[in-house]
Amino acid sequence: MSTAVTQKNRTGSGSCTDASAPIQFTFNGKPYQGVVGDTLASALLANGVDVVGRSFKYARPRGIVGHGAEEPNGIIQLGSGAATVPNLKATQVELYPGLEASSVNGWPNVDFDLMGLIGAFGRLMPPGFYYKTFMYPKKLWMTYEHFIRQAAGLGATPVENDPDSYDKLNQHCDVLVVGAGPAGLVAAREAARTGARVIIADEQAQFGGSLLASKQTIDGLAATDWVTAMVAELEAFDNVQLLPRSTAFGYYDHNFMAILERRSDHLGLTAAQGTRQRLHRVRARQVVLAAGAFERPLVFAHNDIPGVMAATSVTTYINRYGVVPGTKLVICTTNDSAYQTAIDWHQAGREVVAVVDTRSVLDGDLVAAAKALGINVIAGHGVIEAQGGKRVKRALIAPLNDDGSAVTGSARRLDCDLIATSGGWSPAIHLSSHTGAKPIWDEQIVGFRPGASKQQERSAGACRGTYSLAGCLAEGASAGAEAAKLAGCGDGNMHFPLPTCEEYAQQPQQALFLVPHTKSASRAPSQFVDFQLDVTAGGVELAVREGFESVEHVKRYTALGFGTDQGKLGNINGMAILANALGQSIAETGTTIFRPSYTPTTFGALAGRDVNQLFDPERYTAVHRWHSDQGAKFEDVGQWKRPWYFPQAGESMHDAVNRECLAVRNSVGILDASTLGKIDIQGPDAAEFITRMYTNSYLKLAPGKCRYGVMLKEDGMIFDDGVCACLGENHYLMFTTTGGAAGVLSWLELWQQTEWPELQVYFTSVTDHWTTATVTGPNARKVIAKVCNDIDLSNEAFPFMDWRDGTVAGIKARVFRISFTGELSYEVNVPAHYGRQVWEQLIAAGEEFGITPYGTETMHVLRAEKGFIIVGQDTDGSMTPSDMNMDWVLGKNKAFSYIGKRSLDRSDTVRENRKQLVGLKTLEPADVLPEGAQIVFDPKQKIPMSMQGHVTSSYYSACLGHSIALAVVKGGLERMGQKVYCPLADGRMIAAEIVSSVFYDPKGERHHVG
Amino acid sequence: MLLIHCPHCREMREEEEFSYSGEAHITRPLQPELLTDEEWGDYLFFRTNSKGVHHEMWFHAVGCRRYFNVTRDTLSYEILESYLIGTQPTITGATS
Repeated sequence: MSTAVTQKNRTGSGSCTDASAPIQFTFNGKPYQGVVGDTLASALLANGVDVVGRSFKYARPRGIVGHGAEEPNGIIQLGSGAATVPNLKATQVELYPGLEASSVNGWPNVDFDLMGLIGAFGRLMPPGFYYKTFMYPKKLWMTYEHFIRQAAGLGATPVENDPDSYDKLNQHCDVLVVGAGPAGLVAAREAARTGARVIIADEQAQFGGSLLASKQTIDGLAATDWVTAMVAELEAFDNVQLLPRSTAFGYYDHNFMAILERRSDHLGLTAAQGTRQRLHRVRARQVVLAAGAFERPLVFAHNDIPGVMAATSVTTYINRYGVVPGTKLVICTTNDSAYQTAIDWHQAGREVVAVVDTRSVLDGDLVAAAKALGINVIAGHGVIEAQGGKRVKRALIAPLNDDGSAVTGSARRLDCDLIATSGGWSPAIHLSSHTGAKPIWDEQIVGFRPGASKQQERSAGACRGTYSLAGCLAEGASAGAEAAKLAGCGDGNMHFPLPTCEEYAQQPQQALFLVPHTKSASRAPSQFVDFQLDVTAGGVELAVREGFESVEHVKRYTALGFGTDQGKLGNINGMAILANALGQSIAETGTTIFRPSYTPTTFGALAGRDVNQLFDPERYTAVHRWHSDQGAKFEDVGQWKRPWYFPQAGESMHDAVNRECLAVRNSVGILDASTLGKIDIQGPDAAEFITRMYTNSYLKLAPGKCRYGVMLKEDGMIFDDGVCACLGENHYLMFTTTGGAAGVLSWLELWQQTEWPELQVYFTSVTDHWTTATVTGPNARKVIAKVCNDIDLSNEAFPFMDWRDGTVAGIKARVFRISFTGELSYEVNVPAHYGRQVWEQLIAAGEEFGITPYGTETMHVLRAEKGFIIVGQDTDGSMTPSDMNMDWVLGKNKAFSYIGKRSLDRSDTVRENRKQLVGLKTLEPADVLPEGAQIVFDPKQKIPMSMQGHVTSSYYSACLGHSIALAVVKGGLERMGQKVYCPLADGRMIAAEIVSSVFYDPKGERHHVG
Repeated sequence: MLLIHCPHCREMREEEEFSYSGEAHITRPLQPELLTDEEWGDYLFFRTNSKGVHHEMWFHAVGCRRYFNVTRDTLSYEILESYLIGTQPTITGATS
């Protein structure tokens, strides 16, 4: 590596930097030196780095323009690998030792960019260029898009997992102050004095805002010293929380503010310890917005050449960082504030070539001060064009008419290497806009002010269009006291004397946005409005000529304000140029609405700790460990981990499932069914209530009996199903599907609470309280008999669809004789804490019969062989019981019109040709249809074919020796024996025959077996 | 993010604790079989979609698990009152 380039523009320490403490860093692979307190931008300017990026569309070289969140050009990527951060603004990146940054646009590099050739032909890419050029032929759009996207983009997202951790903090406060400039600091102090809980947040590393670069005095102290004293005063309150490096990026309903606190970004790419960033979710009683304002650049020809900056940013670099970003300065201004920049530049010992003021009469205090220093002031002129390549070489200035709308004389050249401009200020109304407040155009301040408050907030200081320091201090103090009072603290009076500061007499600014050229906007060299997206004044005017009138449409057509800077610099200029082209006022034209986020926010912070295992809870049954010890493969069912199948050595899934299926059909298997939803229902009206919810009746269900039921939504569509058992008088246990448990409970509660509060019935979720072991197969009774001697297991004493209390493996149990396999089955329920013990006893008891644990896949195959539906797989929210060929489950003589009943008679639910559940048997027995395959009747039909249904469940049945499928087919029940076809994505066409959905034991003899 | 007053818990709670449960005061017809398809369809599917004052049900799902009613301005999202099921709102009609 070569030695670091000297910091040719460093003049010493600024108010925030220490010139004696060097820091090494690299930019685009080259080593540089900055100092403690620098931002990446100030360090690059100190080193005379002119080009920091290439523009998005024309790839024109671009340099630093601003000094904060408004920066459109200095978009950089930090670091590399897992922790790399794209899309940062160099003006907001604090320098740390070893920082590595690179430009996000530019190939092969920013100094020589092949895309830059397009820039030479800029006029060839007007607004709407992509729409106009790449529309035809339509099918090539995908190809065009691929290359366009590659040429675009603002950095690369990391492809590895984020190594950092993030936190969320939920906070409440009485008064939240956003911004710690002069207004925010005094607001916080007044609120704090009342005892209110105060949070004050500022996006910068240090509190003080504009004061950090100010040479004014407050209460006789230098501005920065006054800030230090104020911060100390606030810190002394134990009811004040100070949040530096914290951006309030979104203002949401009911005074909810999202604040991103950067805890370690200033130290390195990843947090050595603790969390990198923290999201404060603040619910504030009252909010004071003191977010400041952005200086508006003037628009003129080639105003995007590196070396054209905002005047206040130049002041900031000089005073705050000790960096003078050039040698010969020309200022172009419409107002008095830029004269401070001239004075600062002059006092830094470098040449001010001229202050070019578009106003013809000048009499402000700062103008006089500048003139007294011998600074050349040229009134009634504007910079109409910048000239140079990768750095400004000269400014072209020309006399303007009184309203600044036209050039009135010949242009002349001023040699310089920096042009600083000020077109006035734009209040930072972003957060106020987030609340829905409509910005108001104010001729007085030549900017949009915050509209009437929609929430408990008020703006103070520059973000309200008040630009004098004394005005900011007065408004801040009063806003703080008022906010505290409305939050219930204090009497609304100010308790501190207003800080005193010197005032400058200022002359009104001129409302000028686009400095005219000798040529019209469409003929002049590009006059850039939005630097990041290369929107020009000519482009905005062209959009108007093409018929766009609404500001929202022009924004979308030209992309004005669409960049990651959200048009903080360019928007108002764009609106003004648009208004002018439309021949109407800015107030009539209006502005677009700012929306969250104020600045880009990392996903990591939004996710916080809700990642990896904490993203969503995982639920395990009491027997889970046994399953994993047996090598089970697991399947996610809702939040549950359920055994999917239990492969033995060398077995494929197919092998394992076939073996498990045959074991159940031929001897005995065991399934962990603990995840089934279980709701305990009690109360004198329980039976009546349950009967209203299911399609069939439970009024006569006696203790010891179970019944299968289907639950409908009021529209008649199947919503859930399961068995409900009568446990005793006024006491029932309802089983739900695993995934539907929570929804069913809410559903029961909804009807009980809102429609039938007179019914006395209570619901308790007991899903996790029980372990359910399903022992099923011809040998099931023999297995249970070995571990249970207090239940008469005979078919006569304990028939199918009954349940019994008893003792299994020494533990009190409820045994249900219900079956989802079609075999003789006993579902043994024991308290979950005994689950594993009882499970292992059942396994031991079943050993002599080769008891085989099976998972959800085998469960699915076995139930499909029986034609038992799975709600959510064979149904999709548009299926009635009749569609499922389950008319038998509809109670015919129920007195009460149960939920969904009326809908079963609607014209749509009784129409012909609804999709109905049928079985499919492929003509080739080994073919297994893919689930979701579409069904057609005519295989020769041309695409698009008429789809007549689809496959809902499909498996290979080892027991039957052929594949089986369940499908819903239009009019399917009338089409038994007909052939249907499934055209597949791979080109195959599988033929199948419509058969009964019950493939196995259609008479149901096996589960009734004695 | 709304801040919602649960009339059962008698406290302001974060929206995250609740789930929305549709328009309030939709009464299930006592004798559905006597309705025409169109009348039944109105009950099933048609809602007012108010601009401004709206009465809606919320469910304190991870709190007390009770349903209740809320009067909310659908323009400003301001919640004007919350009240128990079976009672009537005190605020009705247009607001600013």
